Amino acid sequence: MDIKASPYLYVAPFFILFGIFGLFPLIYTAWVSVHNWEILGPPPSLTGLENYTELLKDDRFWNSVRNTFGMFFLATIPQLLGALWLANLLNRQMRARTFFRMAIVVPGITSLAAVAIVFNHFYARDYGIVNYMLNGIGVDSIDWRAGRWPSWIAISTIVDWRWLGYNALIYLAAMQAIPKDLYESAALDGASHWRQFWSITVPMLRPTIIFTVIISTIGGLQLFTEPLMFGNRVEGGALREFQTVTMYLYEMGFVRYELGYAAAIAWVLFLMILVFGAINYLIVRRLAAGSKEVR
Amino acid sequence: MVAPSAIARNARKTAGHRIDGRRPRRRGVSSSLWQASPLTYVALIMATALSIFPLYFMLVIGSRDSSSAGQVPPPLLPGPNFGANVDRLLANRDAAFQIGMINSAIVALSTTISVVFFCSLAGFAFAKLRFRGRNALLLVIIATMAVPVQLGLIPLYIIMNEIGWTNKLQAVIVPFLVTGFGVFMMRQYASQAVSDELIEAARVDGCSTFRIYWSVVLPALRPAAAVLGLFTFMANWNEFIWPFVVLQDPATPTVQLSLRRLSVGYYQDISQVFVGTFISVLPLLVVFVIAGRRIIGGIMEGALKA
Repeated sequence: MDIKASPYLYVAPFFILFGIFGLFPLIYTAWVSVHNWEILGPPPSLTGLENYTELLKDDRFWNSVRNTFGMFFLATIPQLLGALWLANLLNRQMRARTFFRMAIVVPGITSLAAVAIVFNHFYARDYGIVNYMLNGIGVDSIDWRAGRWPSWIAISTIVDWRWLGYNALIYLAAMQAIPKDLYESAALDGASHWRQFWSITVPMLRPTIIFTVIISTIGGLQLFTEPLMFGNRVEGGALREFQTVTMYLYEMGFVRYELGYAAAIAWVLFLMILVFGAINYLIVRRLAAGSKEVR
Repeated sequence: MVAPSAIARNARKTAGHRIDGRRPRRRGVSSSLWQASPLTYVALIMATALSIFPLYFMLVIGSRDSSSAGQVPPPLLPGPNFGANVDRLLANRDAAFQIGMINSAIVALSTTISVVFFCSLAGFAFAKLRFRGRNALLLVIIATMAVPVQLGLIPLYIIMNEIGWTNKLQAVIVPFLVTGFGVFMMRQYASQAVSDELIEAARVDGCSTFRIYWSVVLPALRPAAAVLGLFTFMANWNEFIWPFVVLQDPATPTVQLSLRRLSVGYYQDISQVFVGTFISVLPLLVVFVIAGRRIIGGIMEGALKA
């Protein structure tokens, strides 16, 4: 009895909780999304795909898609390249290496809300440190919340500050698993450090790079807290310059109480993550394979 | 939320061998390839400074008076007003900062204990016990890790509304008492950290299955359990969007919601806001200073298995 029943008993808590708070909501989201479902309105009524067709015609939705992707690219590409570079620096014999490793991951463990408040201040229009430094090199102050590009850039730096070190550690771990004699024979053949990096390190890191790209895609397309705190409003800027899809989902669901519509946004977001994740996977696989052929 | 999923893919042993452990250094031609140049140090020191500066800046502004926010050039050293700012922060009823800190501690600690217990139990079952449907169930668990949180936001809110849990702390605890990521991580670790012979021997001695878990398996899982616990604590302490949705009543905030309220409502009193941010990250910094090596080991172990 003990031997037969115990395993099921032990795995049951996960499946019960997941059933109630994971799987059921998932299916329920699909159900809600085909209704006109308002928190304070009349009882929900079935509307079929109306929420979805409306969504596809909704300029504000497409605006949020554009913002999300804009910030995704602005944040992710420098972040992963920077992480690669930082990992390469850390992958040497040096003093105080545990200290350096800890220092670069500290941002990743601190809470987003607190960090966003500090960066908000850095990017203040009148007395912010960033504008102060720009003035120092002769550039005029920028109103970071007033346009798409300034706000996207500012928010991307918050994302990068938090995740660059974490990704660097992941790359570092993979770099240390690369056999050293590959580099030794390359060095004997007269390959420069730079050449070794692109012809040995990057191709060997391919699975890891793919992994970080996928993780960044999943996280990046759900961006919420940074832009929310950056403008202190769920619309993200006076002209919605940095409202992401998740912020729009929140606005529709919990400010306007259109739960059916918000649920439709959730499903479209999910599909976007799946499709875009797959596209990124294919691109990175192709790119990393390309650099292998150079060798 | 990114951090845990990385480890999720793979995390295994953390204690056994340390990736960041100091290997014997190689001598000769090859070692010169790997020697850090002064330039490397300069770059790393700059990276360190950039990493730490925003956190340090919390303390700088949080210990000055609010006029320092508009100072040119910006102040770079802490001031004398830390205590006064803390007093103002604690007296601020709108932000309910103390309640936020206590609530966050309750949420983070209870989820951490529960996650470590239930995930190691289930991980043990998946790794070491034979039962029908084991592989299929494990696949389900892995699949659940890929589903974004946001997808369930709306229905989860509707459910909480139905059962009357909105604005109650259990709404941000109960759904997270056991995670797919944790189960998978513990399974990976248990499958190679605990030998089958040991379990058989315990059985022969007449141990019940739970006794085996408690006295044999759990002690062996301690290194991985510690990493899982640390990640769980940090993730739940930092969680923002779900509490933001379900705890809309200002009287029951988590600390992140207190901060949000501070930054929205008391924008002028910037030193009060900053002292709040500083105190809110303090528990995490303490955890990190104590267990940083282990956290780094966990991240890097996770990466290797990716």
